[in-house]
Amino acid sequence: MKKLFSPEKRPILVTGIICIALYLVGGQMFDRFMTVRVFLNFFADNAFLGVIAIGLTLVILTGGIDLSVGSMAGCTSIMSAVLVSKAGVPSPAAFAIALAFGTIIGAGQGFLIARYQLAPFLVTLGGLFLCRGIALLISRSQVSISDPLVQFLSSPALTVGGGNLTWPTILFVLTAIVMAILLRQTRFGRTLFAIGGNANSAHLMGLSVEKSLVKVYALSGFFGAFGGILFAIYTASGNAIGGTGLELDAIAAVVIGGTLLTGGVGSILGTILGILTLAVIQTGITFHGDISSWWNKIVVGSLLLIFVLLQRALVGQQKRS
Amino acid sequence: MRKSPLLWPLILIGAILLLNLVLDPGFFHITFRDGRFYGSLIDILNRAAPVMLLSVGMTLVIATGGVDLSVGAIMAIAGSVAAGLMVRPKGFLLASLPVHTIPTIVLAAVAIAALCGLFNGLLIGYAKLQPIVATLILMVSGRGLAQLLTDGQIITFNDPAFAAIGTGASLTLPNPIWIALCVALVAGLLVRKTAFGLFTEAVGDNPRAADGVGIDSRSIKLAIYTISGVCAGIAGLIAAADIKAADANNAGAMLELDAILSVALGGTSMAGGRFSLAGSLLGAILMQAVTTTILTRGVPTEATLILKALLVVGVCLAQSPTWAKRRVA
Repeated sequence: MKKLFSPEKRPILVTGIICIALYLVGGQMFDRFMTVRVFLNFFADNAFLGVIAIGLTLVILTGGIDLSVGSMAGCTSIMSAVLVSKAGVPSPAAFAIALAFGTIIGAGQGFLIARYQLAPFLVTLGGLFLCRGIALLISRSQVSISDPLVQFLSSPALTVGGGNLTWPTILFVLTAIVMAILLRQTRFGRTLFAIGGNANSAHLMGLSVEKSLVKVYALSGFFGAFGGILFAIYTASGNAIGGTGLELDAIAAVVIGGTLLTGGVGSILGTILGILTLAVIQTGITFHGDISSWWNKIVVGSLLLIFVLLQRALVGQQKRS
Repeated sequence: MRKSPLLWPLILIGAILLLNLVLDPGFFHITFRDGRFYGSLIDILNRAAPVMLLSVGMTLVIATGGVDLSVGAIMAIAGSVAAGLMVRPKGFLLASLPVHTIPTIVLAAVAIAALCGLFNGLLIGYAKLQPIVATLILMVSGRGLAQLLTDGQIITFNDPAFAAIGTGASLTLPNPIWIALCVALVAGLLVRKTAFGLFTEAVGDNPRAADGVGIDSRSIKLAIYTISGVCAGIAGLIAAADIKAADANNAGAMLELDAILSVALGGTSMAGGRFSLAGSLLGAILMQAVTTTILTRGVPTEATLILKALLVVGVCLAQSPTWAKRRVA
């Protein structure tokens, strides 16, 4: 029990409780809210956001930030759509190209940040502009994708209790499991925590700070591209301005999930809970029907406020003890 | 010796103007009609005015080692408040506010923008939140609030006196230019003729040392984020007056990034400390010069984004040695 309530775990616990509470409130307010179908849709509707937030969690653990993920998603969604529908490239190859693009841009950002000690905020701001610019150069208009693989991936993998378990959901959950293991059980994962705790100490301990940072931004770029592909599958199209502001949703999910933006503390599980919390709020607002959509932004902003103040209080306690 | 931070932006602006001169000699053509100047150069300044205003506040914010992501959302809020008070559409949330004349409406909108800034300042100065997170909160929810105020409608208005803020001209130049210059001048006097600028640099350069010498960094931050809110509010009024409408979703979208980029271009270090207001203004003008050039040359506008990306990376690398030294020291 002691381990469960350790200071680092407390934010996750709080997020979990709030998430379940919101879910129960939703269940009380609306019929058919607590169905398997709605529950599975939490994942299906947010799979692309989920993988992006997982990549971002790794970056934020090192004390950095990646603002480019949203436009990376938009860029790779239009890139794969154009490759498949206009250039006739088979979709697996198109997706591979998109993923490679994301990884290379991410690694480039990571190189600038690690090698020249530039501010992650500014470098990835450049990445944001670059990806959006490339996306708009590829195509200004929305391009639809229809391809056997895309059709297969957008059809439900399993039907459980009236709900659809979609392929993007499965990919999202698999990603979460793999990255959680990577983070906890590998040298690379532990290095990320060390960098976030104190980059100088990590360096003095002989950890390869520079290489790890390049890798982590490459991973974030990869997951940004992966999110873009899932987005393209989800909407059956690519859109250059898709994913605008997605980086903010992803950051919100990560913060609500208890990962400290100063780095060093956080988890994939927390991020998943953060995503689910956002999903519950969004679904609740859609279910209500009378509440206008902008309440979503206000509620997410308020939650963000509550969580960071809470984190602040917890960290303060930790330092004093 | 420290090089003037104005050198690089000036050289780049010069290069872009020169490029335009070579490509199209008419670019420098300025005509005088109906008591005001017209021409590409005037247009660049006019279009740059909102980002210039934002960059004044952003410079001070960045000088304290922070960043303000919420300025675009504050612009939307200010525009919505002003348009709502003028038109008073059904469902407008502030309908009971007894404000009817244009000057008081402007004041009310700017006051609400100041409140937004104050909120940021409280979170950052007193609750000690990281500036990125604290201002992210308003960035996310601010547009929601603006839509809530206007019930999700785009409010259009026809008041000529208010529209003049964005489209009118006084003393031969468009009003936005004058407004931006006045705000910049007031801010410049505040930071260079009072101790405020010194305190700001001290807080940004070494917060602990600033505390040690008795500077109240909390109040300084509170004041600076409020100033940033006011600047964003004024910019929001110009943006709304320019199109005679308040669009809660799109007003000021992505402008926070442009403002940050202007400040970086102007030679202010992202790590805080030394800052240059004039540099930031030149940075804003430089970006608008690039954008205008791209538009008038018929280059696809997407190229602007890619150029901005290159500019960001270039500026970062130019600042890099200082960064390296800072980390070692």
